[in-house]
Amino acid sequence: MKLIFEKSVPGRGTTMLGKCDVEAVALPAELCRQEAPALPEISETDLSRHYTELCQKVHGVNCGFYPLGSCTMKYNPRIDEEIAALPGFTAVHPLAPKETVEGCYEALDTAKKYLCEVTGMDDMTFQPAAGAHGEFTGVLLIKQYHESRGESHRNKIIVPDSAHGTNPATAAMCGYEIVNIPSAPNGCVDLEALKAVLGNDTAGLMLTNPNTVGIFDENILEITRLVHEAGGQCYYDGANLNAVMGAVRPGDMGFDCIHMNLHKTFATPHGGGGPGAGAVGCKGHLAAFLPSSALMDNDGRLQVRSFAGNFLVVIKALTYVMTLGAEGIKEASANAVLNANYLMRKIQGTFEPAFDRICMHEFVLDLSEFKKRTGVSALDVAKSLIDHGMHPPTMYFPLIVHEALMLEPTETESRETLDWAAEIFRKLYALAETDPEYMHNAPHNAAIARPDEVRAARTPILRYTK
Amino acid sequence: MNFPADLKYSKSHEWVKMEGDVAVIGITDFAQDALGDVVFINLPSEGDTAEAGSAFGDVESVKAVSDLVSPVSGEIVEVNEELADAPETLNTDPYGAWIIKVSGITETEELLDAAAYEAFCAEEA
Amino acid sequence: MGSYVPSTKEERREMLEAIGLKDYRELYQDVPAEMYLDKPLDLPEGMSELEVSHAMNAMASKNRVFSTVLRGAGAYDHYIPSIVKYIPAKEEFLTAYTPYQAEMSQGVLQSIFEYQTMICELTGMAVSNASVYDGATAAAEAAAMCRDRKRRVTLISAAAHPDTINTVRTYCYGTNDELRIVPVKDGKTDLDALKEMLTADVASFYVQQPNFFGQFEDCTAIGEMVHAAGAQYIMGCNPIALAIMKTPAECGADIAVGEGQPLGMPISFGGPYLGFMAATQKMMRKLPGRIVGETVDAKGERAYVLSLQAREQHIRREKASSNICSNQALCALTAGVYMSAMGPRGMAEAANQSMAKAHYLAKGLCAIEGVSLKYEGAFFHEFVTVMPKAEEVLAALAEADILGGLPVEGGILWCATEKVCREKLDETIAIVKEVLGK
Repeated sequence: MKLIFEKSVPGRGTTMLGKCDVEAVALPAELCRQEAPALPEISETDLSRHYTELCQKVHGVNCGFYPLGSCTMKYNPRIDEEIAALPGFTAVHPLAPKETVEGCYEALDTAKKYLCEVTGMDDMTFQPAAGAHGEFTGVLLIKQYHESRGESHRNKIIVPDSAHGTNPATAAMCGYEIVNIPSAPNGCVDLEALKAVLGNDTAGLMLTNPNTVGIFDENILEITRLVHEAGGQCYYDGANLNAVMGAVRPGDMGFDCIHMNLHKTFATPHGGGGPGAGAVGCKGHLAAFLPSSALMDNDGRLQVRSFAGNFLVVIKALTYVMTLGAEGIKEASANAVLNANYLMRKIQGTFEPAFDRICMHEFVLDLSEFKKRTGVSALDVAKSLIDHGMHPPTMYFPLIVHEALMLEPTETESRETLDWAAEIFRKLYALAETDPEYMHNAPHNAAIARPDEVRAARTPILRYTK
Repeated sequence: MNFPADLKYSKSHEWVKMEGDVAVIGITDFAQDALGDVVFINLPSEGDTAEAGSAFGDVESVKAVSDLVSPVSGEIVEVNEELADAPETLNTDPYGAWIIKVSGITETEELLDAAAYEAFCAEEA
Repeated sequence: MGSYVPSTKEERREMLEAIGLKDYRELYQDVPAEMYLDKPLDLPEGMSELEVSHAMNAMASKNRVFSTVLRGAGAYDHYIPSIVKYIPAKEEFLTAYTPYQAEMSQGVLQSIFEYQTMICELTGMAVSNASVYDGATAAAEAAAMCRDRKRRVTLISAAAHPDTINTVRTYCYGTNDELRIVPVKDGKTDLDALKEMLTADVASFYVQQPNFFGQFEDCTAIGEMVHAAGAQYIMGCNPIALAIMKTPAECGADIAVGEGQPLGMPISFGGPYLGFMAATQKMMRKLPGRIVGETVDAKGERAYVLSLQAREQHIRREKASSNICSNQALCALTAGVYMSAMGPRGMAEAANQSMAKAHYLAKGLCAIEGVSLKYEGAFFHEFVTVMPKAEEVLAALAEADILGGLPVEGGILWCATEKVCREKLDETIAIVKEVLGK
């Protein structure tokens, strides 16, 4: 389809503003740009149709099953959107006098109270704008904490080899050396490997539990105890929090600080890549280091972005938590785990799970044997799913499983959807035996065939030019 | 897979060819195959110092990135700038597409001959 | 209790049975008993949709919505065309994630490609990324792009937004790098001080245009000075002003960033906003975050993909240019729709009217005894006045449903946009006059 620039016709457009009712003021000539920007000139009809056509080439949770592991693509309730669009939330200035924005502070305080209870933390900030941003904020808490105790020599952060890439990238942004430790054969932390690297230079450990293969690490108390004994702090990557709400809390596992992805666990929409919100909770001993805003608070603390963070996202998450309540939160997680186990067992017998045991809210299929036999790769299977209207699972992650497909169905899918999905997987398993070529060339019915990513990277075209 | 007999090899998959006292360095056939289509190479500058066992640049494919590790210490006297515009040469002609030349060599890693390297690769694959 | 779990109790029992489990506790068999929660969370009971709607509406109504906003300072109340609210609310855009699977996300990818093009047009720069969190983090990420082994120090103008300065300070603290703040003179960056501070260890200098006090900086001269010292030049720009203002490219900037909120996003108590980032071709591979590129598919048709991914954390891990993963895609979409709906003329109109109204307000206020402009330089849509009885003035304005300017050291920082009509500006001036005349 055409780009919006290719639909542009000079002189077209809708009048949005009236005549200026005060005297015009000319920008001094030396401050003027030479040429107007070549932005689209387009009628409102064409504008509307352009984006309607674009959105028809997008698969969202509201279009169909989206078992993208590690991303918690659960249903995003409409009511949350409606509440976040109230003028009482959207039309308030972040620097308005505090007495005029009591509702905002009440919302933030209430969200803090509830999410601290869910996670077992004492205090919280909503300033970080996304999960990775929350990691950055959390690890900076650890850094400031060690400094405040005169322990700046602690310069290493331990990260398991199964971790999300954001973990080591975050630790590097916080000036730490990264110590990667191998996972045990069951995908959990290898206690001996951990012990071997702990020491006087340990600043902390970054961990997600359940881990990235979807298994709850039963040694978690021992792990956090060992890190604390060495003088380190424990950081909980909340990417997988949707597995355990109401069942077990990171605070009770021994973690000192955590981030939550409100856009995963608390049902706020992912928006095609954002905005999310990476609320960071901590235990009391780290609370003094939580960030603030120089302009709103002016208390000398650090800050990770302007103002109070992605406020409207917090409103959506709060609406969600209030809707579910204590029982509903627990029910959500329990059914996320149930759905994952149900789907895993339904698929098993064809594609095999990397770990044949109970999983939490997600599981990883290991297609390496399948690929050896059929020549059909995890990528081929993923692309074939597209033809069936299913968003592919996360591919080739975690790195410790080869030919990995990671599925996270979430609790908001019905049994029929899971049965249907399992059936598609079984069909593709059979198809690989009879017509692997067809799968190598999938998808066949999508908006495009497979794109040439090599060409895109070798000769980057990153903008439209006439 | 090709393992020319006149070259020496490092375990990080670079090849070295001595031209007088200048070491010519590139990546091996095995390396380019494992990496897939190379889309970009980060080259050092002439005059930079190469350190045995340390990265002097990196190569990117669509889904991976790999450090270029120097098997020798010395001064980088020449850089194959043509690779910047045609990184795919690393795939099509790995032993022709030299990356840097190093002289004033003060240290050399323990290198493998073609047979030993071929065996090493067989183990890795 | 509200719930979005579709399965009935009966179905759940059957599903448990199908996987050979007795009850829900067995799903958590790996969780050690000593930490398993055997009592409910201390949260209120869940609510029906109607109940939660009442509760949240009650909370929203505790906030005061002013019909006239004369406060900016990083959050600007511009007119948002109706269509800009509706398109990003389309559920396909809203509920998709990062376009990892190009075949299923061409719509998102193309919208980002178009957004990147518009940001390049606005800034004059060669390349743009798909967005970062906000203007402050964009500045911090830009500073990180400029640091190399030899040059580690970041300079920032004291006339930048205080939240931007503090965010850059935080990112520098992270990597143990130094931030030095270039002082202000007469409401602008002190160029003599800057010249002295541009030492051989300086990686970059960041200036905001127009700056926090609304003043235009001499960005061309600054650029020459920064480059003469061998450092990189980062400009943080107001995107509405860019419709008419000399572009960062024309000023010689290496990286252009800014707060994209004025491009169709409501002020929303501070977020979600949009950080835009554009750079020269030379800096392309140092840009953080997602970038969309054009290519062809297996049938030779034009297609879009996430490109240059080897820069990113999921591949480069601790050596990545940034840890950013999720960005502000829906806000970038919003900005794209806004720029298309306004078009080049509409954008310029918004800029010119904002500037005209700010000047009208300034003139009217400064005609009042005791009120004067604090700085003499040219300004855009914000300015600082000396203001006696600032607190009383703001209280009187609030009574008239006007959110006055922001109290700052030495006076009030005012802002006007195209949204404010002359009548309201006259009313503001009259109220100030009345309070000061008492």
